[in-house]
Amino acid sequence: MKPERTPGRYIREEDLRRLPGVIEYKPVARYSYSAGQALSEFLRGLKEGRILGKLCPSCRRVLVPPRVYCEFCFIHTTEWVEVPGTGVVETAVVSYIGTARERLEKPEIIGVIRLDAPGYREGSFDFAGLFHRLCGVTEDDVKSGRVIGMRVRPRWRPPEERRGSMLDIECFEPVQP
Amino acid sequence: MKPNIFVKDKVAIVGAGLTLFRRRLLETPRELAWEAAREALNSAGLTLKDIDCIVVGSAPDAFDGIHMKGEYLADGSGGFNKPLVRVFVGGGTGVMVPAVAWWHVASGLCKTVLAVGEEKMSHAYPHPQGVFAYIWDPILERPLGPNLIWIFALEMRRYMHVCKASKEDIALVSVKNKRNALDHPAAQAAANITVDDVLKSEVLVWPVQLLDISPVSDGAAALVLASESVARRVTDTPVWVEGIGVTTDNTHWFNRDLAYPRYLEYAARMAYKMAGIERPWKEIDVAEPYDPFDYKELHHIEGLMLARRCEAPKLLREGYFDRSGELPTSPSGGLLGVGNPIAAAGVMKVAELFWQLRYEAGARQVKKPVHKAVANAWGDLMQVGTVVVLST
Amino acid sequence: MRVAVVGVGWYGFKPVVPELSFREMMFEAAVRAYEDAGVDPRRDVDAFISCQEDFWEGVAISNEFAPEPIGGALRPTITITGDGLQCVGQAYMMVRSGAFKVVVVEAHAKPSSIVTLQEVYELSLDPFIRTLKIPNPLFQAGLDAVAYMRRSGASREHLAMVAVKNKTRGLLNPRASYSAKVTLDEVLNSKPVVYPLTRYEIAGFTDVAINVVLASEDVARRFGDKHVWIDGVWWATEVGTGVIEWHEWGRMPSMKTAALGAYKLAGIEDPLRQTDFAEVEDRFSYMELLALEELGLGGDGVHRLLEQGYYNPGGGYPVNPSGGSLSIGVTLEATGLSRLLEAILQLRGEAGGVQLKDVRRAIVASWRGPPTYTSAVAVVSKD
Repeated sequence: MKPERTPGRYIREEDLRRLPGVIEYKPVARYSYSAGQALSEFLRGLKEGRILGKLCPSCRRVLVPPRVYCEFCFIHTTEWVEVPGTGVVETAVVSYIGTARERLEKPEIIGVIRLDAPGYREGSFDFAGLFHRLCGVTEDDVKSGRVIGMRVRPRWRPPEERRGSMLDIECFEPVQP
Repeated sequence: MKPNIFVKDKVAIVGAGLTLFRRRLLETPRELAWEAAREALNSAGLTLKDIDCIVVGSAPDAFDGIHMKGEYLADGSGGFNKPLVRVFVGGGTGVMVPAVAWWHVASGLCKTVLAVGEEKMSHAYPHPQGVFAYIWDPILERPLGPNLIWIFALEMRRYMHVCKASKEDIALVSVKNKRNALDHPAAQAAANITVDDVLKSEVLVWPVQLLDISPVSDGAAALVLASESVARRVTDTPVWVEGIGVTTDNTHWFNRDLAYPRYLEYAARMAYKMAGIERPWKEIDVAEPYDPFDYKELHHIEGLMLARRCEAPKLLREGYFDRSGELPTSPSGGLLGVGNPIAAAGVMKVAELFWQLRYEAGARQVKKPVHKAVANAWGDLMQVGTVVVLST
Repeated sequence: MRVAVVGVGWYGFKPVVPELSFREMMFEAAVRAYEDAGVDPRRDVDAFISCQEDFWEGVAISNEFAPEPIGGALRPTITITGDGLQCVGQAYMMVRSGAFKVVVVEAHAKPSSIVTLQEVYELSLDPFIRTLKIPNPLFQAGLDAVAYMRRSGASREHLAMVAVKNKTRGLLNPRASYSAKVTLDEVLNSKPVVYPLTRYEIAGFTDVAINVVLASEDVARRFGDKHVWIDGVWWATEVGTGVIEWHEWGRMPSMKTAALGAYKLAGIEDPLRQTDFAEVEDRFSYMELLALEELGLGGDGVHRLLEQGYYNPGGGYPVNPSGGSLSIGVTLEATGLSRLLEAILQLRGEAGGVQLKDVRRAIVASWRGPPTYTSAVAVVSKD
């Protein structure tokens, strides 16, 4: 049976520290990004409580988040278009762990929101959307699937707390009928 | 894209080798690369002197905390005064490695290529998940403090919703692959488990639970590719690389429907066209779809057009994808069973098909006769599909 | 089957490009290249290669961001972690395989956004070497420079002459932000950063995005009429960064191997006679001389030829007529492409103030920079 040999020596976590020559370091790699033209304007919009997209003059779709180009038509996008911020939940999950896989005390609900934006056909494969936290929905809403297709809108932080960041939106919450 | 008939040199795989896949191995990344490379060369009856070019694959540098990891791995991979490149398409790297090696040979510029995939995830401390914090868009995504599993869970949830697949349906993949891996000598996570075990395992990001996910692994895998003339000289049973495909979808993964892996269908069409395959669901005999998560195998079976959309869960229940089934998938045990040292895992999948097509897989050999096989891998932000089609 | 460069585009060549994100820079370069070539990336291009490296980008899987700005979304787009010229080599192979007709190569650099550039350089060393805590990660360049000088008999003056030649020449090149009017004395009298290299002899860093469109001969005629042919391209790695002690100090065997490969493909036996000029690695002053030697462009007495002005723009064999990296700056993985760009513009007669007369064929040679021992060499020509 192939492979006939599988070289390699397994070591247990607790044995690692007893080995000679273990080197520990933390990479020091820091960067300062330019958000660029499209996202700078988008972040400015968030600070004002507005969600901005950019129009592709070729396919007429409004891209959210905005980019200076439409990646499918490969041309410069033109006008800025404000979208209402409402939309439906495309998919949602419940996270019990944090960034470094630590258990969270309170689980978080995260989703992708398909935003109401001009230029897309109903149920299209591509859509204008954002990835954000969901609030006002329960774990059971996620697990039962009730949350998918639910209409939501952004819950904004108070203007004085907004910093021009994705976190100016606290979360997306259900639109009360 | 032109069909294969215009390709200058036919390309064969003539050797394959693996290291053990484990949570933590004593060997350094360079040593692992060397062990796998040596096994592959030995199996082909060749030495490093016979090798013209080297292709290396390894996923994020951040795992090792080593910048320019391709250069670091060079000597372990046989890169002494030889042309060497490293390809990197996230998780898709493993299957991209033989694809890149393919054009090294098909161009007529290299007669033999050593293709090495290596990953050492155990370096990252306290957990490799921390490394994934840096795969996000620094403006749109990182402020939310995401965990990598989030996005896969979002994809799984969408697939479950659109295809009406249950958690039980999906857990069957994990059960099948971990069972298959019991026969794999390198396997890290082989086990006889039940659907119930999966459903009772730790919930990480619902719907993803601990046993839905492949483990964190160290390991390396290597292949030797050669032109037709060399291949005929060194072996009686070359396995031909008939088609390669790759597609990268847009970065804005939250701007597309996650229920279907469009990127993979595009990549598969490219590879099938090159290989002259028109009806993959009939023509492919055995497949190694990429399975870092259990739902991903189903997703990828559909993207590879081996089953109709949303049909994979039903076929799985019927045993269609078992080793004794009509279209065995992940006979190796896949990433869920053998382990997931990212780039090495993709190369391992291609190595498995190499052994399957040569009837050398022993206890893992699928029951039906096999002539054509396909492997795929997937990477980045649910973006990259890489595909290799093999035949005897 | 011959392979042509049918279009080039770039954006930046400034120490800082604050107005655009790296993705927007890639887009601007791509739009210019596709316009130059007359290609529609969404219809005509079979594959896209991005040359980048995670820690330069500050993103753990930088390939994620590759496709959109270059027209490669939902198309075959891959990342090769290497110098841009190595990617040109990949594209060359892809076209020669017959499976691809038009391939785009992209490389970009935004070193201005890396706050801890020195630490990032350090991260490219083997962890065991890092424990030595050598204060400047460019120490290898100093070691090589000293070994080169001892072996060849070149003096510090010769190294300084390279800096003077290239930095002054760059004054005529709008892409050369680091060009300067310097004298031999100024170079020699300034304090070494890593002995024997002074700050004038170490290239600065530049932000840029560069995009190059390659096509097979049979389809090239559909795309514009400014074709430059890739007669040959090859690359090599001498030793891994984990075993730098095995490097042959004072030499660059990878460049020699790469050159021999490229020359073989291009049918070149006597490069000095069969080519008209060269754009070669000069991120450190000594590297220009060492590169010339390894490329067979002057035997082991290149420093003597330099003295005589042989490599000056008006000399027997102009080297780095663009001003080189000492003038343009190091553009990380785009360094090889930036030099290829200069050679292409020369051959197309579009090099403006640095244009040479009657040039038909050129050598482009790049090194990936410390701590690597990887080089790539291309031979390019026009009809």
